[in-house]
Amino acid sequence: MSWGFLFAALTPFNFLLAFVGVTAGIVIGALPGLSATMAVAVLVPVTFGMEPASGLIMLGAIYTGAIYGGAYSAILVNTPGTPSAIATTFDGFPMAKRGDGDLAVTLATISSVVGGLVGALALLTLAPTLATIALKFGSVEYFWLAVFGLTLISALSEGATLKGFIGAAFGLLLSTVGVAVVGGDVRYTFGSSVMLGGVEIISALIGLYCIPVLIDLVATPDPHLNVGEGRPRGFRLREAMGLALRSKLNLVRSAVIGTIVAILPGAGGSIASLVSYTEARRASPRRENFGKGEPDGILATESANNATVGGGFIPTLVLGIPGTPPDAVILGALLVQGIRTGPELFNENAAISYTFIFGLLIATLLLFPLGLVIGRYAYQSIITIPKAILAPTIAFMTVIGTYAIRNNTWDVLIMLVLGVIGWFLSRGGFKPSPIVLGLILGPIAEQGFVQGYLIGNARGAVFETFFGRPISMVIIALIVVATLYPLIAALRRRGRPLREGIANDD
Amino acid sequence: MQRLIGTALGTAALAFAVSAGAQEFPQKGVQYIIPFGPGGESDISARLQQEYFSGITGEELVIQYKPGGGGSVGWSQLNDMTADGHTIMGTNLPHIILQPLAKDVGFETEDLNNFYFFHYSPDAIVVSKDSPYETLEDLVEAAKETPGAVTFSGSGTYSANHVAQTRFDQLADITTTYIPYKGTGAAVTALKGGEVSAEWGYTTVGANHMDDTRMLAVASEERHPLFPDVPTFQELGYDLVGGAYRGMAVPEGTPEDVQQRLSDIFHEINNNEEFQQRMQDLGFFMIDVPVDEVDEFLAERREEYTEVARDFGLID
Repeated sequence: MSWGFLFAALTPFNFLLAFVGVTAGIVIGALPGLSATMAVAVLVPVTFGMEPASGLIMLGAIYTGAIYGGAYSAILVNTPGTPSAIATTFDGFPMAKRGDGDLAVTLATISSVVGGLVGALALLTLAPTLATIALKFGSVEYFWLAVFGLTLISALSEGATLKGFIGAAFGLLLSTVGVAVVGGDVRYTFGSSVMLGGVEIISALIGLYCIPVLIDLVATPDPHLNVGEGRPRGFRLREAMGLALRSKLNLVRSAVIGTIVAILPGAGGSIASLVSYTEARRASPRRENFGKGEPDGILATESANNATVGGGFIPTLVLGIPGTPPDAVILGALLVQGIRTGPELFNENAAISYTFIFGLLIATLLLFPLGLVIGRYAYQSIITIPKAILAPTIAFMTVIGTYAIRNNTWDVLIMLVLGVIGWFLSRGGFKPSPIVLGLILGPIAEQGFVQGYLIGNARGAVFETFFGRPISMVIIALIVVATLYPLIAALRRRGRPLREGIANDD
Repeated sequence: MQRLIGTALGTAALAFAVSAGAQEFPQKGVQYIIPFGPGGESDISARLQQEYFSGITGEELVIQYKPGGGGSVGWSQLNDMTADGHTIMGTNLPHIILQPLAKDVGFETEDLNNFYFFHYSPDAIVVSKDSPYETLEDLVEAAKETPGAVTFSGSGTYSANHVAQTRFDQLADITTTYIPYKGTGAAVTALKGGEVSAEWGYTTVGANHMDDTRMLAVASEERHPLFPDVPTFQELGYDLVGGAYRGMAVPEGTPEDVQQRLSDIFHEINNNEEFQQRMQDLGFFMIDVPVDEVDEFLAERREEYTEVARDFGLID
């Protein structure tokens, strides 16, 4: 590695590509339905005429921008722009609702930059070492990881645990619709070929989160967001910096979680941000504020999801195995360019890989000014546009966005149906997050279980396969702790008077 | 007499108009729908065709995706699309034959108007570099010693990989365990991570992971130029030729001459040496099945896959 690559990344053309890429990415990511994967896929052909490193810089910048842009709609409209921003809605929207939308956007910007830098630095310095972790993760580990993810439901739905579990069960059921990857069975399509493709996660996201918000927007006289007093207050940068500094441990921990989860192919930004959210909540002295507009919640999810960008490139570039869906598109673009990934990319093609990584770092830094400016504009628009225009605009976006995911009209119908179901469920105190969690984790758990079982069976050691591997044991321990934690916490709270009681008995 | 001349002229004019129509095709960009997500092999090969298409026709080949149900969501909707040749869709074998055999997927193989097949990814057995299996015979022996204990990762159930595993088990008279994964990427991860003994993959897997994997045999008729040292299954005494074939289809009702023109365009692309080289470097194998040979080509494949479908227990 040499500093020459830094200068190669800083040529005016490459800098311009990073600038344009981040800007385009932010805008696309902010629109629900237009995901990071799509942003990258649409713009891949543009890069074919460029030098490989320049093309990669542009794609990396779009990806970075899109993951960050998902936070805007999460905070301002309560709808994750990308699946990675699901957990950003938990505290982002309550903050915006009470008039702190500007602060929330600035917090998201700061944490996205921090997370992005940690992920990209891991890619720069530790890529080969970390790539081996991806290979240590087998089917069984994915199964246990998904089960661990499902234990988060109890944490996410405290006070209404049963409703959380019912929601998750509904999500798991939805995830089985269509053709099974393992086994090829056709399930719950009710004879309709339309359902063969299953329920698309992003259309479910839009339906479950966005439609209830829209219905409430139309059905109530309240303004969409409270504006707060003393407007305009600018970026509220100093305030946000103070909060970020107070929670620097949270920021770094979330970024590390994001990086590591992204290294595991198939896990992705949604799981990374949910895991770090839960960890932040568990470690926080203000844990009862989570879900009610706690800044630490946004810091955790946004730091984690932007860390997945650099993290996901690690298996992609080192092993030729895409870490996240956008990485699959970028890997394809590299192959079309005639470039093979693998260790040789870092040796023989060092100029390409290191120029790209420095480009990614530059794009992440550009996120800061660009994100603040565009975010401020987005916030201003949302609070100034009258409801009569805002509601139809969002409605229009949900339809276009859902259609665009797979160019499929039926997805729009599925989205609307789920939206109405979501509205009724929200009236009954059910939250959309456990449903979406079930939908995302269901296939991972199912495939991991069946694959692990088939492999264990072939070796004549099913039990050892599931419980005997070291990483599995660690995850199982985490599951046990996560499941028992509320119980332990309750006992500890009760413990003190109990002991006093015993003492009094003497 | 006058009437006769008039009719003759009219017929000639009509014939001219028809052929002119085909010659003028395409009049605008052609929408190329890939019934899978972006980044896969269907996407990559379509991306490679893109630039040569505009070189020949002066119009763009616009790639779109309609993923779902292993391709069936796209194929079941193809015949409802505009049938003027400006909409085409990628098709894959064995998918379009096995899926309708297995279940109601909203289309039958005959419903799809395939006009050209351009390449395939030959099946191949891939092991990691440090695997104890040096040759195909090593692996067959191991499978004979402990039936079922040799595990193969592969992409999906009833896929080309799964077909290859089933057929090879019969040819070699062995029993192995097939573990389906979601896509080739996950199947390679399982191989590299040591979760399975080997992978039923494609030559493209060998090409993309050259540094740490080794192919034992490939299911093409000739050795792949990228791997001159890897024998074919036929050389080793197993009559196995196959893989994932890729072609293109148009909606029902697309004029014959437009189909012919499309077939000619893609035939020309296939004969471009630079295109061939780029495809070959990725591990693909070129084939050339123009519109008038498609039926025969499909009939042969169909016979083969129907037999496998019987072994899968999909049909009686």
